[in-house]
Amino acid sequence: MARSNAYPSKFLIAAGGMVYLFLYIPLAVVVLFSFNDSKLNAEWVGFTWKWYDKLFQNGDILHAAANSLIIAVISALLATILGTLAGLAIYRFRQKWLSALVLGPIAMPDILIGVSLLLMFILFNVTLGMTSIILAHVSFCIGFVALAVQSRLSGMDQSLVEAARDLGATPFQAFRLITLPLLKPGIIAGGMMAFTLSIDDFVITFFTAGVGSSTLPLEIYSMVKIAVTPEVNAVSTLLMLVTLVLITALSRISPTVLRN
Amino acid sequence: MQTATEAPQAVLEIIDVSRRFGDFVALDKVSLNIQAGEFFTLLGPSGCGKTTLLRLIAGFDQVDEGEILLDGKPLTALNPEQRPIHTVFQSYALFPHMTVAENIAFPLRMTKIAKPVIDLMVREILEDVRLPDKAKHYPDELSGGQKQRIAIARALVNRPRLLLLDEPLSALDAKLREQMQIELINLQKEIGITFVYVTHDQGEALALSHRIAVMNKGTISQIDEPSVLYSCPDNRFVADFIGQCNLLDATVVSVAEKQLRIAIAGLGELDVCANPEIDFAVGDTCALTLRPEKIRLAAQLDITDDEVLFSGKVHDMLYLGDVTVYIIELANGVLIEAMLANDAPGRTRLFDTGDAVKIAWHTDAGHLVA
Repeated sequence: MARSNAYPSKFLIAAGGMVYLFLYIPLAVVVLFSFNDSKLNAEWVGFTWKWYDKLFQNGDILHAAANSLIIAVISALLATILGTLAGLAIYRFRQKWLSALVLGPIAMPDILIGVSLLLMFILFNVTLGMTSIILAHVSFCIGFVALAVQSRLSGMDQSLVEAARDLGATPFQAFRLITLPLLKPGIIAGGMMAFTLSIDDFVITFFTAGVGSSTLPLEIYSMVKIAVTPEVNAVSTLLMLVTLVLITALSRISPTVLRN
Repeated sequence: MQTATEAPQAVLEIIDVSRRFGDFVALDKVSLNIQAGEFFTLLGPSGCGKTTLLRLIAGFDQVDEGEILLDGKPLTALNPEQRPIHTVFQSYALFPHMTVAENIAFPLRMTKIAKPVIDLMVREILEDVRLPDKAKHYPDELSGGQKQRIAIARALVNRPRLLLLDEPLSALDAKLREQMQIELINLQKEIGITFVYVTHDQGEALALSHRIAVMNKGTISQIDEPSVLYSCPDNRFVADFIGQCNLLDATVVSVAEKQLRIAIAGLGELDVCANPEIDFAVGDTCALTLRPEKIRLAAQLDITDDEVLFSGKVHDMLYLGDVTVYIIELANGVLIEAMLANDAPGRTRLFDTGDAVKIAWHTDAGHLVA
């Protein structure tokens, strides 16, 4: 009896383990070789911090990283504000076409968005640079924030707002004291999602970036064109770390934790 | 001196109020008055318009026609926050991100009362609902009954003119519900605020209310005290909706001042008391409403002059412990429900299905409706 139950579960553990290895070995290799004391990603020679040292002396990479951060922060902020408003509007007016319009870009292929944004910027004579990248990132992040906010709203007891009005709150007070605090986890989750999407976006950024506005993913790509240097490993490791921290924070916030 | 003879002014007057949602008429020219200090219940099946009426009073919805007056002043132009009326919601609607004390303080904060006064009032009302140690708890840490009491405390803390309660006990289990019913009655008596209570549970309505408005399909079927509603229903709907009731279709045969003679097809003629509200003429169709507990049932029955007697046989029976409900088939095939208290000492002798029995009732036991 016990054996027949044990067999499939062992098999499942093995299969599951393989999937995780498949997913994480490439990442582990990158992290590992970022500490390898050799110019080649071939064999382990010894531990070193020198690639990180070199990284922090590489002006191009630092500049690109700074660009990425600025773009991610500004576009996440803008997308959070606009996305929250969009989420509220979708919930309030309950129009199918409205949600389709806001959420559509989520399903759209990045390459299509990239090309069409490039065409639009050229059409309206927008100089490609930080501004165009931020506009592009805001446009594809709004949908994600709206989705997070709207799903939080539809899980909210509608009588809470009515109760607030009933007990003497004006519509604005009810929004500020009841709706907004209850939406906060959704808004924060949406904002963090926008930040992570923005900081590692390549395709759309590739089409909308101009001279001097290279972001970290673009910079890494241009370095890799020659060879995957240990420096690339180091910068990838750092990028991974930042994303990981944010994702962890996100998963802590987004479950229905209401209190602060 | 003129005022002494006038009827006391109603707290709330609903005058010819109609509300339509597309083609659906939720309320059709509804009028009623609610007096100060009353425990008034809107009772009816789902979709009868009772919740719509409550939402109109609270201000969450607007009337299509008619007027709602509070202390003689029109309410319809006021937003919910401008009305001195609070609601206890079916879901309680406690704010999950605020503590119990913050929830109760909410309506006080909206009126710009000084913080120390607010704290005092919150503490007082928490004493009133006997939950003084729950001030710092969050709503999801409370039991259903506790949430219920906090919701009521929050709605009462700044003494509204009117408290609306929307099926507030429906989420509680039967035992707790009975306990909360007694608490509600006492609370209402103590604070003297007018309660307007919405429910589909006729037992709850009978137990709690001073007066009940029975609603059906957007209109009011009858407004009366619970005992009047139960014993003298105005129409078939009320008779059928409140408690268990036999409805015997009949035709009026003769009319005297206090008594009528009616004929029930296949059963014969019998005398019934006249209904002072309705003028019946010979030939009118009517229905005799007869409560199961007003029917006598035995193998052999001696009857008095003012009783009517029929024979039948037991069609079905339900043993409920304290009482047994018998479904008796009469000569014309009509099924009639009779209830017998199992109050004899020892194990009560029951009839079996198929047994021949006699049933009888007083001529004034039934109530005649149109």
